[in-house]
Amino acid sequence: MPDGALPVLDVRDLKTVFKTRSGEVHAVNDVSFSLRPGELLGVVGESGSGKSVTMMSLLGLLPSPPADVRNGSVMFDDKDLLNVDAETLRKVRGGKIGFVFQDPMTSLNPVFTVGIQIMEPLRKHMSMSKKQAAVRSQELLELVGIPDAKRRLDDYPHQFSGGMRQRVMIAIALACDPQVLIADEPTTALDVTIQAQILELMKELRTKLGMAVIWITHDLGVIAGIADRVMVMYGGQVVEHAPVANLFNDPQHPYTRALLKTIPTIHGERAARLTVIEGQPPIMTAAPASCPFRDRCDVAFDRCENENPQRYDLGAGHDAACFYNARTGAPRDA
Amino acid sequence: MLDTPQTPLVSVRDLKMHFPIHAGLLRRRVGEVKAVDGVSFDVMEGETLGLVGESGCGKSTCGRAVLRLYDITSGEITIDGAEIGDTSQSKLRKMRPTMQMVFQDPQASLNPRMTVEAIIKEPLDEHTKLSEAEKREKVGELMDAVGLNRQFAKRYPQAFSGGQRQRIGIARALALNPKFIVCDEPIAALDVSIQAQVVNLLEDLQEQLGLTYLFISHDLSMVRHIATRVAVMYLGKIVELAPREELYAEPLHPYTKALLSAVPEPDPSLATSNERIVLQGDVPSPANPPEGCNFCTRCPSVMDICKTVEPEYFEVAPGRFTACHLYQNTNDTAD
Repeated sequence: MPDGALPVLDVRDLKTVFKTRSGEVHAVNDVSFSLRPGELLGVVGESGSGKSVTMMSLLGLLPSPPADVRNGSVMFDDKDLLNVDAETLRKVRGGKIGFVFQDPMTSLNPVFTVGIQIMEPLRKHMSMSKKQAAVRSQELLELVGIPDAKRRLDDYPHQFSGGMRQRVMIAIALACDPQVLIADEPTTALDVTIQAQILELMKELRTKLGMAVIWITHDLGVIAGIADRVMVMYGGQVVEHAPVANLFNDPQHPYTRALLKTIPTIHGERAARLTVIEGQPPIMTAAPASCPFRDRCDVAFDRCENENPQRYDLGAGHDAACFYNARTGAPRDA
Repeated sequence: MLDTPQTPLVSVRDLKMHFPIHAGLLRRRVGEVKAVDGVSFDVMEGETLGLVGESGCGKSTCGRAVLRLYDITSGEITIDGAEIGDTSQSKLRKMRPTMQMVFQDPQASLNPRMTVEAIIKEPLDEHTKLSEAEKREKVGELMDAVGLNRQFAKRYPQAFSGGQRQRIGIARALALNPKFIVCDEPIAALDVSIQAQVVNLLEDLQEQLGLTYLFISHDLSMVRHIATRVAVMYLGKIVELAPREELYAEPLHPYTKALLSAVPEPDPSLATSNERIVLQGDVPSPANPPEGCNFCTRCPSVMDICKTVEPEYFEVAPGRFTACHLYQNTNDTAD
């Protein structure tokens, strides 16, 4: 992947808070990351870790209220997406940034044919005529590997299987040649053999189209096979970030290490007993003043209780938000 | 691990569960969905039989049919010596204490208007003559056993997290000291870090109470961890059944091979080196399965015979069953 190239997307100190009747929920806390052209950034985390909310915040997809994007900047195309008018944002969404949602059943409109739904972004963003759009839609369906594309354009979403629907979603997201594709758990609702098809398709499309991809998932297996870099989220913040091989071979944050140990594999040694991360993920009712993982951490000490660790640079594009230095086995200097 | 168990606690023969399809103005019966279509297996005492497959393959229906939550189309089911295949539901009710179920969605399978205590106590109310005080004590013991704090007995399910709710469901299943529990995707709705907690709990309980599980899951890595033997289902039939290590090390059926190769491995070096078999197309509808072998429409090693003759399910090697023409003795299948 091109190293050192200017990022296509640069997110700094993003902070999103939900206002609920029982108080505030700090869903995203000072998340920063950048995306280089052509690379695939994997975002891993459990439910509630803030991975989806982060992506939805940066495109203004969250209803406000209750959501409130309090702080941060999202630089894309020399513009800060958090400070542009609704019209500009609309042009970016579905145009230069495509979005694939988790559930292909609920994100397609059941009363319109698939053809109409693929043509919509083409007509809106690229001002194509109906004829041009129809031709392009057929190309797109062929690109994502739907057989008999021309005929299928007139079919409704319910006439497609889950895997095929997800292909349609990808076709819609790709319609306007986006520079960035954000895929939020695109294969979670699919079976493994269908997931394998979609993963192969994504790999192929990336080499063909050269776009940058953000791939959100909770499945470390998927990430290992597809990502260039990985960002691990916990309690609304980035706890570790590294090139994919480093993350799996040399995890530095206790959460990442624990997570890698708890998942069983189908190859290799079978553990007699699974390693457990005791306790529950936190509910962030206030801005974190301590490490969100401290209660479940096996190396936590006093400092973790009183301070929220920043992301420490560990070299080679690897960083981890932890006061404990796993390499030396000692706390970092205060 | 326990010693290799040899007596079957549950024995299922040629189980069929077909659901009728009604259509038209008169709601005439126009066909049937063959959700489970001739499945045979044993679950040995004290073991965990993993039942894996993709959505729609009939694994959940199979699990429910084995407990007779449905009136089955045909087949024999023997649980703990009693034949229950055609027993009436009223007689079955008395036999329910030996066989219990843990459901997939802990949100949907717990009544939101009942307290945890009431939920766990309900089977005791129904099936035992214990006094209130005894029941409360038993509920307390069950909550201890599954790692729930007794103080929370008066709370409602929504006050608990997903993993804790699943513990409530497990406590309820344990209330009547069952021998056999069907776990239908008990961890699918949980986060990875919570999955391990629940799986360890199930393993501990099995060891302490000598339970036998039918563990239904689509998660092949987790099944490798928990199961003693594994059955793979495709479109209403078992295509392969084998002891865990053999199945994962050397799968026989082409579907099992494809399924295992499709599981993403959390190791970037393996992910690039592994040869992945990507199956083309989708699973056919169980209302209209293909002729011959059910897998013949997607099988990478399909032969002519597969499209006409249904392969027999037989024992290839001791303890290893499969239904595939590749392993069938040609003399037996010649017509």
